[in-house]
Amino acid sequence: MPDRIAPLAVSAYTAASALGHGLTAHAHALALGTSGLRPNDISSSPLPCWIGRVEGVEDMPLPAHLADWECRNNRLAWLGLRQDGFVERVGSARERYGAHRVALMLGTSTSSIGSTEEGYRRLDADGRLPADLRRPDIHAPHSLVAFVADALDLRGPCLTVSTACSSSAKVFASAERLIRLGLVDAAVVGGVDTLCDSVLFGFNALELVSPEPCRPFDAERRGISIGEAAGFALLERADAAPTAPRLLGYGEATDAHHMSTPHPEGLGAELALRDALARAGLAASQVDYVNLHGTASLKNDEVEAALLGRTFAPRTRASSTKGLTGHTLGAAGILEAVIALLAMRDGVVPGNVGIRTPDPACGPSFAWQTERRELRVVMSNSFGFGGNNACLVFARSETAA
Amino acid sequence: MSTLYAAIEGIGLWAPQATGFDELARWLAGSAAPSSGVRPPAAVLPANERRRAPESVLLAVEVAGQALAMSGRDAAELACVFTSSHGDQGITDYLCTTLAKTPAELSPTKFHNSVHNAPAGYWTIATGCHAASSAVCAHRQSFGAGLLEAASLIAAERRPVLLVCSDVASSGPLSEVTGCTLAFGAALVLAPPPGSQALATLGLTLTPEPSSPPSWPEPLPAWLAGNPSAEALRLLVPLARREPLARADAAASLGLRMDLEYPA
Repeated sequence: MPDRIAPLAVSAYTAASALGHGLTAHAHALALGTSGLRPNDISSSPLPCWIGRVEGVEDMPLPAHLADWECRNNRLAWLGLRQDGFVERVGSARERYGAHRVALMLGTSTSSIGSTEEGYRRLDADGRLPADLRRPDIHAPHSLVAFVADALDLRGPCLTVSTACSSSAKVFASAERLIRLGLVDAAVVGGVDTLCDSVLFGFNALELVSPEPCRPFDAERRGISIGEAAGFALLERADAAPTAPRLLGYGEATDAHHMSTPHPEGLGAELALRDALARAGLAASQVDYVNLHGTASLKNDEVEAALLGRTFAPRTRASSTKGLTGHTLGAAGILEAVIALLAMRDGVVPGNVGIRTPDPACGPSFAWQTERRELRVVMSNSFGFGGNNACLVFARSETAA
Repeated sequence: MSTLYAAIEGIGLWAPQATGFDELARWLAGSAAPSSGVRPPAAVLPANERRRAPESVLLAVEVAGQALAMSGRDAAELACVFTSSHGDQGITDYLCTTLAKTPAELSPTKFHNSVHNAPAGYWTIATGCHAASSAVCAHRQSFGAGLLEAASLIAAERRPVLLVCSDVASSGPLSEVTGCTLAFGAALVLAPPPGSQALATLGLTLTPEPSSPPSWPEPLPAWLAGNPSAEALRLLVPLARREPLARADAAASLGLRMDLEYPA
């Protein structure tokens, strides 16, 4: 088991998803249980399914000095950065510590591949990408992070983590290590993924896409609804932000089982969860809320419900919020970390939207409806293709002290 | 500035005219090593997985297997960091071509092999490794950024780590923008010092000065021009020459100083 780590301050955070732009829109939708899913209106050819699309991305071009980075994914990143005073908080950290002492670590699954797809749809007469898309930096998975580094003028360690659906949870771990080792004083973490043909038709080919809005943990669930999101958090040492919520722990582990289905006993997920609790120095009984990975795929929900049941007592509340946002893939880790932080801030356990008949495998911890209660310690689960698992633990500053 | 230390216990290499680290030494000594590895054998994978695996996985697993064998460690104990600037470009070309014409006919296997962490997935499945595994990138700085990630895992968690840095050659219209004209892969097994039978000890320090262009004999400059993962040579060449200092980049404006000490 890993050693306990010193808590870090989450001194700023924000998200944009199908629920809206910024924390207020998210808190509102979580309290009311209002889903942001809608019929698919984005793929380049029809695919009958539901999606979690962020409003207004098309109408927000990048400013002229960043125009070389233009693509839907970077637009969503830019939209996300300019909410909740996030850019200003990063600017202040950069001033305090120096641009080389702030790390940037973001997760993404497909980055700006939507622009590569578009290029292939518009090949010129010679079979080349069209001239406006012959920009090498947007046709590589680091496009997002390189863009954000430019936009925020950060010059420290700079990394893309791309481990499918655990990507933007694992960045918290990478950032914590750099801060603990004294290589940086702060880190911008998060992730962005946008809807594109690759993921819509790809998950469709795997027969994992639901024809109706997804219903996580429902006995009759029919698969996932894909969404898009941008989310960011600023991590600093605890003394830099005495009242900010804390990152208490994280766990990372691998299934070693199959590329696209989880380990049948949730082995990697359980190892990640136990490591996260060990780093936080907590017992499972001290966790008040778990935001579940809960994709509404048959296998994930079955394995995760069993893991929840054998780990937590009924007083620990749990739900999937993918019925609200869709599965935002590489951005799911940060989006659901933000949701868990909002749940703790507001004392709102988000209801498991989309449920009609709970799967019999689900125990008494499930919050099918929105609940109001004080939450002092919250977790978020993120499990991805390739058997890649990550869990995060957050707490109120006074709980962590 | 903090320095991170790691013992180098194993090295793997795959390049157009080199199928192992010892062949790099031969090139540097001025004698050609004319082996032509067409398809990386990737012997760690079971035969059925080897048939299914895309080229990016075969390349990464091949160099990882070489480094592992040299280290004598058990793969299951190694956390792993797989870094690649572009992932599997053959699959990206296939996905984008198919999506432009017949999206409903997309191959499910190609899709799940398209994730950036496919090499990490295949490797951990083949070796029964449940440790933390990651897949990262950083444009042209993927090697340096991946090495920093691996070294911070070693220092923070005091555990051995496998680092793999690889990119396949590009194909189709994508080639014009990625410019990968050849395949290149390198791998390191790194451990908390002193390590067991370490080949060298590495001290890693971040510095604001970016690295300068190297002067190497052919065909090394061609490898560097044709594949971003060949940036790994900035460590491998000084190692092969037993030099005390190497430099690479951890980010676009962040240098990486690598001090090397060798056992007597």
